[in-house]
Amino acid sequence: MSKEVLQKRREKKRQKRIILFSQFFLIFLFFLSWEFLTSQKILNPFIFSSPSRIWNTILGLIKTGELWGHILTTLYETILSFGIGISLGFLIAILLYELPILAKIVDPFLTMLNSLPKVALGPIIILWTGANTKSIIVMALLINLIVSILNIYNGFLGVDDMKLKLLQTFGASKKQILRYLIIPESKRTILSSLKINISMTLIGVIMGEFLVSKKGIGYLIIYGTQVFNLTLVMSGILILILLSFFIYECISFIEKKLSN
Amino acid sequence: MNNLLLISHISKNYVTEKEVVKAIKDITLSIKKGNIVTIVGSSGCGKSSLLSILAGIDTQSSGTFQFKKENPVIGYMLQNDALFPWLTIFENAILGLKIQKKDNLENILYVRKLLKTYSLDEFSSKYPKELSGGMRQRVALIRTLALKPDILLLDEPFSALDYQSRLAVSDDVYNIIKKEGITTIMVSHDIAEAISMSDEVVVLSKRPCSVKKIYPIHLTNKNTPIENRKAKEFSTYYNKIWKDLDINV
Repeated sequence: MSKEVLQKRREKKRQKRIILFSQFFLIFLFFLSWEFLTSQKILNPFIFSSPSRIWNTILGLIKTGELWGHILTTLYETILSFGIGISLGFLIAILLYELPILAKIVDPFLTMLNSLPKVALGPIIILWTGANTKSIIVMALLINLIVSILNIYNGFLGVDDMKLKLLQTFGASKKQILRYLIIPESKRTILSSLKINISMTLIGVIMGEFLVSKKGIGYLIIYGTQVFNLTLVMSGILILILLSFFIYECISFIEKKLSN
Repeated sequence: MNNLLLISHISKNYVTEKEVVKAIKDITLSIKKGNIVTIVGSSGCGKSSLLSILAGIDTQSSGTFQFKKENPVIGYMLQNDALFPWLTIFENAILGLKIQKKDNLENILYVRKLLKTYSLDEFSSKYPKELSGGMRQRVALIRTLALKPDILLLDEPFSALDYQSRLAVSDDVYNIIKKEGITTIMVSHDIAEAISMSDEVVVLSKRPCSVKKIYPIHLTNKNTPIENRKAKEFSTYYNKIWKDLDINV
């Protein structure tokens, strides 16, 4: 390998290190000043809590074994709603693609549902499905499904006309066109819609947990607010940030694996 | 010589909400077996519509066409190679066979042979993006030939290529078609390409198009398309057709 290439690699590695170091440094600085400001009572520790209190709270949750229960509940609800949302979205998108007249009929309804702030439906969902996990999943589905349908369907519509014409000259059936062209060609759109879908799902799940649950990270946050334990609220938010980052990275990993 | 295809009085109108657009007006043609016939006309005159009708992906408004063969196999090649980027060259080449469920051993071996004959076998497991434009066009042709067509319809097959590749690929395609002895109808807006490749050039009028003139091409020392461009009759044909097309720039 030539000297220049090695040097280029070294430079790239150095840059990566600088970025990573700066990122950790910023986080450290943030927590340090937070701790300092609250310990000096410049910020009211009752309202703003502090990193050390949050740390102790999380340790406490781990010791009692509660933490995993909350995380697993939220994770379970998210994965379930995500799975149902993507599969249903995919099937409905195929249906709309195969029946253009149906797509035209439901178009304004989809737009309406898409622009409606779904949280407004929360109280009705609780009444209809009961105050349980079901209503959380319905809530998450309401938020992620429409976006999935629209994304995947638009991916289907973006398929190259020439390739479509080619398959028609071969006398391909609708099913064959779907299998050989539409689905493989829109794989990238479908994969990128996974990322949008997972963020939407998490919003829906947390919103649902705010409204009905007795377990989960959303519950932890809302419970903390009700009893005015701001440290618990902050701990919940911190755990949620880590969890959503972890889920997002998992999806990115899956996307990368599948697109190769 | 016997005719393979008789096109009689074909017309095509496109109906929109505003008006009826006449694309083709009363085209009658006979295509001789083994010939390469090129249809030239100004852009947008409806020549591609004629191919779509013959290929069966569009229907004529009136008129008929008739093949002198039962259940003829029609091969259609489009303006770009339309290769599927997620399939290998070999998988692309057998796509038509797969869709028509004709991917039996005999046909697969035939495709392997075609790939080998046209020096593409070492690229079989490569993907389209790894090939040059000309090679991709050859793969597209093999994909069409795999179906053993009785007639080949080429819709401006070289228009996506740069000038030099165009010349080289038209030579390639010409040799393949002649070697396999397939009757071909090509649509082009390039007069030189038409004269150099064809046995017959059909000049269409402006929209709605109809047959304006038919030129049987007789060149001394008929050879490959690139060589044919040097024939002494070439410029005479060129000037006549240019005049017929009546192009106003």
